[in-house]
Amino acid sequence: MTSLPSKDITLPKPVPETELSGWGHYPVVRGEERLGEDLEAITQGVVLTRGLGRSYGDASLPSRSGEAVAGSALADRILSFDADTGIVRAEAGFPLWRLNRLFLPRNWFTPVTPGTHFVTLGGMVAADVHGKMHHIDGCFGEHVTALRLRVADGRIVECSDTQDQDLFRATIGGMGLTGHILEVELRMKRIPSPWIFQETERCDSFDHLIDALKEAGKTWPFTVTWADFLNHGSRMGRGLLMKGRWADPSEAPKDLPRFRHPPTLPPIFPSWLGQPFLVRIFNRLVFAAIRPSRGILHPESCFYPLDIVHNWNNLYGRRGFTQYQCLLPDTPDHAAQHRLLDTLRRLRAPVFLAVIKDCGREGRGLLSFPKPGISYALDLPIDERTQSIVDTLNDVVVAEGGRIYLAKDAFTRADHFRSMESRLEAFQAVRRKWDPHGLLRSAQSVRLLGDRP
Amino acid sequence: MKIAFLGASKGMGRALARQLASRGAQLFLLGRDLEDLGRSAADLQLHGASGTVGFCTCDLLQPPTFGPALDQASAAMNGLDTVIVTAGIFATQEELEADPALTARLLTADFTNTVLFCEEARKRLLAAGGGTLCVFSSVAGERGRKPVILYGAAKAGLSRYLEGLDHKFRSQGLRTITVKPGFVKTGMTAGLKPPPFAGEPDAVARSVARAIERGSAEVYAPGIWRLIMLVIRNLPRGVMRRIGF
Repeated sequence: MTSLPSKDITLPKPVPETELSGWGHYPVVRGEERLGEDLEAITQGVVLTRGLGRSYGDASLPSRSGEAVAGSALADRILSFDADTGIVRAEAGFPLWRLNRLFLPRNWFTPVTPGTHFVTLGGMVAADVHGKMHHIDGCFGEHVTALRLRVADGRIVECSDTQDQDLFRATIGGMGLTGHILEVELRMKRIPSPWIFQETERCDSFDHLIDALKEAGKTWPFTVTWADFLNHGSRMGRGLLMKGRWADPSEAPKDLPRFRHPPTLPPIFPSWLGQPFLVRIFNRLVFAAIRPSRGILHPESCFYPLDIVHNWNNLYGRRGFTQYQCLLPDTPDHAAQHRLLDTLRRLRAPVFLAVIKDCGREGRGLLSFPKPGISYALDLPIDERTQSIVDTLNDVVVAEGGRIYLAKDAFTRADHFRSMESRLEAFQAVRRKWDPHGLLRSAQSVRLLGDRP
Repeated sequence: MKIAFLGASKGMGRALARQLASRGAQLFLLGRDLEDLGRSAADLQLHGASGTVGFCTCDLLQPPTFGPALDQASAAMNGLDTVIVTAGIFATQEELEADPALTARLLTADFTNTVLFCEEARKRLLAAGGGTLCVFSSVAGERGRKPVILYGAAKAGLSRYLEGLDHKFRSQGLRTITVKPGFVKTGMTAGLKPPPFAGEPDAVARSVARAIERGSAEVYAPGIWRLIMLVIRNLPRGVMRRIGF
């Protein structure tokens, strides 16, 4: 028995190719996803690390068919927490839902959350996610204090705003293209209670919606709107405004929120349910059914309403969908916003769901998406028109001085992206310094940044 | 509960240890890599484990480490009432057929050494007046099946041993729990195509934690595998020869 090696009870196996895709089921690339608890081991020599695959397009996909990427989902341990400073450190695959469920009962919460909790901390850094609190708290990256990375030459480095700042800031919002994120350290936020107080308001026109959203942002820490863009008539852009804050201990229920395990949809939902006319009826019913309300709400119902069904993306059937998310600067007359609305109306774009949010200051990541203005997240089922719709919308975004969100994108053309992104050259310079041979890349970086496949 | 846990840093062991920690159990971790154990200890502490989560080295491939590791666990927690084993080796039938040394290693770790570890645990638990011994076997040991002949043989032997332990010692206060997971999505099975009914580690952990509370002798996880294996165990040999399951 002396021949028995004492290292590694779990033996590394060759991983067969599978079909990899993002949350939108489009595009699909054949490749290997190397999963394992030991992130340092599985990131060796691969071009990219992905988390839970919640980016919508091709950001988490290998640069070409047959290529391997690492998957961080099993590297999910929390490593330390300091109750004095609120600083948490965890492995990159640690999921947000676990962070929330561990810390809500202790009256701590993530400083920034996106609209789903099925994301990893590593993914939240790579996309520099934002959420309902952006107008106050900024992006997630603002609250990240340090990162542990495997850079392209194989070294493992710790970086922060005081140590290799260029690498740190390029990694925040850098879509995993600067190094494999191994560990994330961030500062949590203290909350008065684990419950939310929320008010819902109906807005009968687009102007009303935008004005109410901006007005609400002056006093409410969490704001977001859902708008109806399928109705192309005069009521296009009417919607619901949700305003929230943490409940005061005096008004919150005495018991802790209960956490449930979400149900799962069948792998692919019948696609006839995704017909625009059915969705239009559905939107109308929702708008008619939801009455103005105010009251105490479960924190997960406030921040993650769509996570009630685990894989709602299957609603869009086999062809999948894309979420086009862009940001347009705003003026008092909302002229840019109306030009976008007019374009959508002219295109008769089948926007199943539109989420509109006002954004505050620009993030500190070199490619962070938000900046002051209005952000639109538009769900579009994929069909033969999708590319031309995205192209036309991107023309508007370029003309208005806006930009798109890489975590959602699957269709933008490289020349459009370059026209929107004046910060691109600085980002590429950091990549050239830390990865001179261009090892780290993704399907998205091949499409948008001209990386080799 | 004062639990000595062999294999808590990965896969189903990680999920089960977290589940028990969140219920306030006291844990002591056994494994090979001290740095890795330290990270898991921190994780379990933050998931709610009582006291300080300690750890020491114990290698399933080195039987002389078994007794001293269990003694250290007992000393650190001031006693011991539960021992859990989730550690083991997995390899596909093709890999094992191609590599006799790997086969020897797997059979030794998953059968012989796991039994030797359980013997050390059994003695200590009985000396303390009883307790719970919870060991992860597999549905692979239920029937001679083409894709898991060698792995299944080791697990079949382990299941029989655990069954015998429970029959002999339950009256003396030692409850032996045999866990039989079906396909569960972990690092061990990463890269294999998940069959229908593939389980999640967290769901397995919840049902095993429940079984430990109740003292059930046998757990299939996910539960549907109890039915599947009932059918498989009763299929005629002529059918088993034809199907690939």
